[in-house]
Amino acid sequence: MTVDATRTEDIDPADAARRRFRALAEPELPRLYRLARRLVGDEAEDAVQDCLLNAYRKLEQLEHDAAAPAWLTRILVNCCRDRHRRRARQPLEVAVEDVDQFSLYRKLADEDPFPYSDSLHLDFLHRFGREDVQAVLATLPEHYRAPLLLVYVDGFLAKEVAQMTKTPLGTILARLHRGRKLFERRLWDYAEANDMLLEPVA
Amino acid sequence: MISCAEAVRKLWEYLDGLVDDAERAAVEEHLSVCRRCCGELEFAEELRSFLAAHGDEELPPDVHARLAATLNELEGR
Repeated sequence: MTVDATRTEDIDPADAARRRFRALAEPELPRLYRLARRLVGDEAEDAVQDCLLNAYRKLEQLEHDAAAPAWLTRILVNCCRDRHRRRARQPLEVAVEDVDQFSLYRKLADEDPFPYSDSLHLDFLHRFGREDVQAVLATLPEHYRAPLLLVYVDGFLAKEVAQMTKTPLGTILARLHRGRKLFERRLWDYAEANDMLLEPVA
Repeated sequence: MISCAEAVRKLWEYLDGLVDDAERAAVEEHLSVCRRCCGELEFAEELRSFLAAHGDEELPPDVHARLAATLNELEGR
């Protein structure tokens, strides 16, 4: 049987693998970058670059294309851990205001910023656009912001966050608790500072 | 029965399924008689959805362009 030379070129395995890699990795870029931002902050772009290079070298280990998102995530998390190790520092435990007793729900009920409203609490949240929320989140220290976003935006379990960041689960749970309270407090502070609360009608 | 402060402290963990059976029962017992904490619970759910909807960070176009360039380079090897 004769082999068609053009046909052989078309199925060059190396070429096919490179194209396969691109097709698998490109749609994942936004998600990988977002995850890297949570894990290594300003080094996110470099971590994703590391991840792409490592994954490309190990492509033959990926048996099913459907497993590509989870496979890329594992490689990225390892790249982020390496960066953490090289930086050889733990997230800075900065002192924040005491927020344990703060409840945004009660604060809104007590201060009643939107009198005559039947949906006081929802009205408050609806005043925030995406940029406002990003600005509020940016005020949170990294070690509170990262677990909060990994769990509530990206949908990871607390124990997965603990594994990814090599942090004890108890510490992650405590940071989630405090991060949520701090987020509530900072939403209120932001609304106050930016005139988002209406004056009660006299 | 647990106090409002204790119930509120446990609400997000309750919503996240991170409480044990005894804690869940204690929160639910409190919620069955405390209207204000039911409001807190509803608001905690709203706040979770709100954070999920607004906390997403976009991939900046210049970063996307540089990462795509890496993929181009790998594809051309």
